[in-house]
Amino acid sequence: MKKTIITVVGRDTVGIIAKVCTYLAENQVNVEDISQTIVQGYFNMMMIVDTGRSSKPFGEMVSDLETLGDEIGVRIRCQREDIFTSMHRI
Amino acid sequence: MINLLEVNETNTMIEQEKLDVRTITMGISLLDCIDADLDTLNQNIYEKITRVARDLVSTGQEIEREYGIPIVNKRISVTPIALVGGGACTCPEDFVTIARTLDAAAQETGVNFLGGYSALVSKGMTRADENLIRSIPEALASTERVCSSVNIGSTRTGINMDAVKLMGEIVLETAEATKENNSLGCAKLVVFCNAPDDNPFMAGAFHGVTEADAVINVGVSGPGVVKHALENVQGENFEVLCETVKKTAFKVTRVGQLVAREASERLGVPFGIVDLSLAPTPAVGDSVAGILEEMGLESVGAPGTTAALALLNDQVKKGGVMASSFVGGLSGAFIPVSEDQGMIDAVTRGALSIEKLEAMTCVCSVGLDMIAIPGTTPATTISGMIADEAAIGMINQKTTAVRLIPVVGKDLGDTVEFGGLLGYAPIQAVNPFGCEAFVNRGGRIPAPIHSFKN
Repeated sequence: MKKTIITVVGRDTVGIIAKVCTYLAENQVNVEDISQTIVQGYFNMMMIVDTGRSSKPFGEMVSDLETLGDEIGVRIRCQREDIFTSMHRI
Repeated sequence: MINLLEVNETNTMIEQEKLDVRTITMGISLLDCIDADLDTLNQNIYEKITRVARDLVSTGQEIEREYGIPIVNKRISVTPIALVGGGACTCPEDFVTIARTLDAAAQETGVNFLGGYSALVSKGMTRADENLIRSIPEALASTERVCSSVNIGSTRTGINMDAVKLMGEIVLETAEATKENNSLGCAKLVVFCNAPDDNPFMAGAFHGVTEADAVINVGVSGPGVVKHALENVQGENFEVLCETVKKTAFKVTRVGQLVAREASERLGVPFGIVDLSLAPTPAVGDSVAGILEEMGLESVGAPGTTAALALLNDQVKKGGVMASSFVGGLSGAFIPVSEDQGMIDAVTRGALSIEKLEAMTCVCSVGLDMIAIPGTTPATTISGMIADEAAIGMINQKTTAVRLIPVVGKDLGDTVEFGGLLGYAPIQAVNPFGCEAFVNRGGRIPAPIHSFKN
């Protein structure tokens, strides 16, 4: 199972989670965990998702989400989990 | 479970503090390309490089995209060409044809630099070595991506002063051959003492004869990240300072290790080493000088600079070695002048002389790097500077290197622009007193007493 971390940072507005989740659902990506906070008016969300059965190649999903982020005025990053585990876990 | 803070920390390091993987370098052995016929040799070389490194750039981009970490350079290093071309090349011009082949192969594979137009002459020169060295000015002037290095000494063998003398002349000739371009050729030429076989950093990268057929080496970066971490411990004692550098180096290296492992798996090429060096860029906030100043120096070059650099280097290694089982290359801090905004500023404000830079090289990872000097500097003076630097490496059992750029037509007070990652540099003053009689003696400086470590 390949885990992926999606982070969304930007000015808070209605429907950010909905739009991201809709995209993921349409592409068979399962959401396993969401944590979200508002820091100084900024929306800050992290999702752990499973892209194991995703219908899209990983690279394409990264650019799709970036485009989606541009549309709703937030920064969406989609990165494989390993970069965080290798950096922060011994 | 990963938490939001850690994810944000990583992404801030990448986005604001300029954390990146500086280079993935694929080392390729060309020993099996050797042929007595020059055309066949060239064909073999082109064919092997373009076949083995075909997917290097695209795989690098894939990894970049998936992990969201920039990989700035994808590069190739090859077996020192003096060894490969020895059988087929009878004159310097023959070697130049190999340089052009390497350039074409680099272009085809999409890498920005290819290193290994090199000769290893620490104890003596073969005819092939000498021909290659004499071909360097023409080779670097007529190619775009080829990098050259010459190893002129080691702790075990001493210093080959004939080669040192010759290299002083070759550096000047290279400057002259590329004068239309601010003597840029010299930025692609390194003179080493104790050169490692597995260095992924240009211009001194080559694929040593002790290496496997093909191997993936990774060089990490991260001066910006270290500087930022130090901003949070201002005024704290050295214990805290060292601990902070060490922890940061660990994290940075782990990213390099991850990229190295992924690249090696995807390309089906064994993983070699992670090089722990902190490599600056001319971008603001990505400076080794910035780290030293953050430690409390008014300017790099001030008293305390050498101690600060020694501390930094040691902690980077201590943090890094735990993050990867295979550490190699140069592993330390690079202190190039033109590629580091903080160094450029220090030179401009008169705080940093070549002599202080030389002192700093006793404790840094390489040596006198990317330093622009007047084009009128005599060849013997350049040889003298090479000899000094090589002596530091020889006696202290470390790698040292010299990459001086005597810029034709420029003098003190001028600035020279190299562009891109190579940056820009003010022309620095060279000691006006000569060393001609010393350099012209020829022969070898014997290996130091501690070479007998058996």
